[in-house]
Amino acid sequence: MAQIELDGIERIFTLGDSKVHALNAISLTIEAGEYVAVMGPSGSGKSTLLNLLGLLDRPDAGHYRLEGRDVTTLSADEQATVRRNRIGFVFQSFHLVPRLTAAENIALPLMLAGMPASERNTRVLRALKDFGLQTRADHRPEELSGGQRQRVAIARATIMQPAVLLADEPTGNLDRHTGQEVTALLEELNAGGTTLIVVTHDPSMGERARRRLMMEDGALRQDLGGEQTAEPGAVRP
Amino acid sequence: MTPTDTLRFATRAALGYPLRTSLMVLAMAIGVASVVVLTALGDGARRYVVGEFASLGANLIIVLPGRNETGGVNAGSFITSTPRDLTVNDAAALLRAPLVRRIAPLSVGNSEISVSGKLRDVMVLGTSADYLDLRQYSVAQGSFLPREDLGRATAVAVIGDKIRRELFGAEAAVGRMVRVGDTRLRVIGVMSPAGQGLGMTNDELVIVPVATAQAMFNTNTLFRIMVEARNRDALGPAQKQLEDILRTRRNGELDVTLITQDAVLGTFDRILGALTMGVAGIAAISLAVAGILVMNVMLVAVTQRTGEIGLLKALGATGRDIRLAFLTEAALLSIAGALVGYGLGHLGAWGIRLAYPVLPAWPPDWAVVAGLGTALGTGLLFGVLPARRASKLDPVQALAKR
Ligand SMILES: Nc1ncnc2c1ncn2[C@@H]1O[C@H](COP(=O)(O)OP(=O)(O)OP(=O)(O)O)[C@@H](O)[C@H]1O
Ligand SMILES: [Mg+2]
Repeated sequence: MAQIELDGIERIFTLGDSKVHALNAISLTIEAGEYVAVMGPSGSGKSTLLNLLGLLDRPDAGHYRLEGRDVTTLSADEQATVRRNRIGFVFQSFHLVPRLTAAENIALPLMLAGMPASERNTRVLRALKDFGLQTRADHRPEELSGGQRQRVAIARATIMQPAVLLADEPTGNLDRHTGQEVTALLEELNAGGTTLIVVTHDPSMGERARRRLMMEDGALRQDLGGEQTAEPGAVRP
Repeated sequence: MTPTDTLRFATRAALGYPLRTSLMVLAMAIGVASVVVLTALGDGARRYVVGEFASLGANLIIVLPGRNETGGVNAGSFITSTPRDLTVNDAAALLRAPLVRRIAPLSVGNSEISVSGKLRDVMVLGTSADYLDLRQYSVAQGSFLPREDLGRATAVAVIGDKIRRELFGAEAAVGRMVRVGDTRLRVIGVMSPAGQGLGMTNDELVIVPVATAQAMFNTNTLFRIMVEARNRDALGPAQKQLEDILRTRRNGELDVTLITQDAVLGTFDRILGALTMGVAGIAAISLAVAGILVMNVMLVAVTQRTGEIGLLKALGATGRDIRLAFLTEAALLSIAGALVGYGLGHLGAWGIRLAYPVLPAWPPDWAVVAGLGTALGTGLLFGVLPARRASKLDPVQALAKR
């Protein structure tokens, strides 16, 4: 059983009279611990795919099985629970809560999970240390550099020890050097066993992934380097 | 999310936008403060009036000429167009009622008082010896009117303290002769200086025997008769007895009005109580306005924090978590506003008491409870819509907005 199984996923946005086929017959399996880069031109449906994998969005057709369980039919609250426990998000624009300190931002998922404050603190302290943020614990996002902000965001995404880490252009707002640091950090987490799915425009970052999904017009064009053989004909007519 | 965390999160959110929060707290505070101050004013006025009437004496029945019925017209009102006068004989007859302890006929008029060239306008009150005890007054010097037949026009007067000061200054007043109108009277006493009272005070009054006053003003009628019942419980039966006596004296027709203090008090109590409720209602409108403000500000907050809401959802927050967080925030703002307003209101009431010491301007408990309750209620009520909107936001779109 693969960790992620997508089967005939469709996602259609209706804007007035026009319809946008953002995801078109996507079928795909991803094993636990894989490192996948999703690439493709702007508007090809990369973010839509990632949102769907993260249960932030529902497909219009098709099935999504996460760890063997069909999650497309779950209620909103059940999906929230799955998201909280199994999935971590990293965004291009960090999405830190501006009024909360670094430590408090990292603690958010634990707080939402209802973990008592004392237990939370030890977990957060360890995370701060792991991500080299000990001296920044009480700083607010505006007092942090871009790289530090993204490290806080990654610490937050992984504090619940999720099975899958989803990153949408995590280095898009960072300079080259900081971007490489963040990439290394994500790869380290992947080496620790977390499935890593990264949307990126950066070919050099894409090269580093063991598996690359090339998207175009909502369809999967190419699936390179995966454990299972590439399917050139992944797009059904 | 545990309740403590929800509370802490909402507090941080409220404190995160100080200007917005303080404006909203202020709006709520003004609403609550106006409820507290206005009801304090209204209830203070009510207590003031009630207190004044209570000082009139506890067991009094006042008889005045003329039928003054609120219950509509009866057959009698067509037969006699002008009611018969109240006379001294009526007063004497009332004393025969078993439940009556004292009576005092009252006859009043305006005149001039003069002594050794000094002249002054005065109000003359003709009454009897029992008036002193009936009103629970006291004399400072000399004695009050002599106990005698109500028909005797003794040439004596008891003067008020202010009149004594103006006419005699430091000289002794008791024993001196004064002229009131055309009548020469001997001053036999001076009333104790009175505190504040309803209407006239004793200080500027010249009190003479009722027959003397009637002769002076050339009349047989009485202004009214004050009757004291034996005790408070006897008030009702005593009134009945008085009515029976007066009816038989007037060929079976009761063309006088009897007022008990209880009735007057009750009426004022009701009127001013209603007034207080009225102003409280008006003040409550400002609370509703504050509630609508809370709603709008919270809606703006939801829009402002769309990204944050999307993030919380991505981190696994349920709709309930988000609804509760926003509702708690609205409740916190309302509570803070209500408490600040409560403080401000008490400050205002204190200011009123300072400016008008006679007015016991304390907000009644019910108004305080209602004010705080309404503030919290409106805050929560108007917080529901924004909270629901926040919890219903589509996370993908919320995250896209920045
Ligand atoms: N909420 C929406 N409503 C309507 N159309 C949408 C919506 N979200 C995405 N789309 C459309 O779906 C298509 C895919 O969008 P998506 O954001 O997944 O692209 P992307 O590959 O992430 O692009 P980029 O590289 O620019 O981020 C686009 O044509 C986009 O306009
Ligand atoms: Mg995108």
